[in-house]
Amino acid sequence: MTGFFAFAWDSLPALLDGAVVALGLWVLAMILGFVVALGLTWCRVYGNRVLYGLATAYVEVFRGTPMIVQMFVIYLGLPDLGIVMSSFAAATVAMAFNSAAYQAEYFRGAIQSIPSGQMVAARAIGMSRFDAVRTVVLPQAMRRVIPQWSNEAILELKFTSIAYAISVNEITSHAYEIGYSTFRFFEIFIVAAVIYLAMTTVVAQVLDVIDRRVRVPGLGAQAAERAGA
Amino acid sequence: MSEPLLRIEDLHKSYAGTEVLKGISFDLERGETKVLIGPSGSGKSTLLRCVNHLTRPDRGRIVLDGDEVVDNRINAIRATIGFVFQDFNLFTHLRALDNVAVGLWRVRGMDRRSARERAARELERVGLANRAEAYPAELSGGQQQRVSIARALAMDPRIILFDEPTSALDPELTEEVVEVMRQLAREGMTMLVVSHEMGFARSAADEIIFMDHGVIVEEGPPEKLFRDAQHARTRDFLRIISGSHAQEEGAS
Repeated sequence: MTGFFAFAWDSLPALLDGAVVALGLWVLAMILGFVVALGLTWCRVYGNRVLYGLATAYVEVFRGTPMIVQMFVIYLGLPDLGIVMSSFAAATVAMAFNSAAYQAEYFRGAIQSIPSGQMVAARAIGMSRFDAVRTVVLPQAMRRVIPQWSNEAILELKFTSIAYAISVNEITSHAYEIGYSTFRFFEIFIVAAVIYLAMTTVVAQVLDVIDRRVRVPGLGAQAAERAGA
Repeated sequence: MSEPLLRIEDLHKSYAGTEVLKGISFDLERGETKVLIGPSGSGKSTLLRCVNHLTRPDRGRIVLDGDEVVDNRINAIRATIGFVFQDFNLFTHLRALDNVAVGLWRVRGMDRRSARERAARELERVGLANRAEAYPAELSGGQQQRVSIARALAMDPRIILFDEPTSALDPELTEEVVEVMRQLAREGMTMLVVSHEMGFARSAADEIIFMDHGVIVEEGPPEKLFRDAQHARTRDFLRIISGSHAQEEGAS
């Protein structure tokens, strides 16, 4: 087994390089996805029929097709239309657009679980709908959505491995390369898996701390459940 | 010469073909308190919500202080009309102090520090200076309703509308809210109150308006209405709620 640890140790620098790329991809995709999701959510909850229809179609298309196909369309297909991106940029965009569909679904559910009286009270003191949403509805909905959002974030972190398919140099692609040059596939993918596990564990812990830090008495996943939301 | 503070003219509202308000008109003078009573479904709450367009009337005019309540300036108008809800509707993610302050900085554009200072004074006015840091879920129903009154007061309202402010409260908690409302009436606040809290109506209302099936049946000073109401419907209704309000306030 000493052979394994020496091998793992020797492989670590390359895999950690990949981890940095994966984390960068993940952070950018989550941020971009978050922004797109907010727009989609606004269209679906507060938009007119046209905006609602467009946003709903978006969500259905991105949830109904595999991420790897979306990545291929963006990286291999869009150049036909004259849109050329680096593999990293294409992976970021694909993951962001994919994640936006899921994040938007969670946001919508959370917003709709906030009692309508909150919006009415905000409007009654003279807030515009936009002000009421950003001041009253979203801060409550965002607190409620953290547990679901955390699941989505962790899922996306693991999905960075799919970017291997369009040759982004993340963890899995490094592992694959090392595996091919040494034929120690079993060991290298065990090491890769441990790195993924370490990352998801840390992220889950951090998000859990945030969840508890921003928790407000009477508001949160537990309160939502009690209210039958 | 002196115009009423609030004039309601020929207000109509229908829901799905059912006419809930069938032409309501009345005035409210500056500093006056009127209490709207009537059976469930008589249209009182709808009427109240029409005043600041939380519900949009189908027809009729609402003039506040010479200012017609219209949709294109509704946010500015609402900012000068206090509204107190039956179930409080405090913002659950904000502490009591920020519930009162939020309208000042978000709607009035006041800086947050001055807004909080002002909010602290309003909490003191309703006797809750010591609960400023509590979240709504940590307050009793009576305390939540007092915070919501402070939230309305902070905006320097021209009038405060109360929609059954004590109906969601346990009987032992209604008095603290009623006492705050009485104090406001004494200080000359103009108030329109939907409530079956007859203790408040008798002691603080200048007039009681009895509504039924979307029309005003009768209005007059409380002592007159209690002694000799002109209509049998009014007498019957007053008898029922005066008999039952000692145990519990009628639910709408």
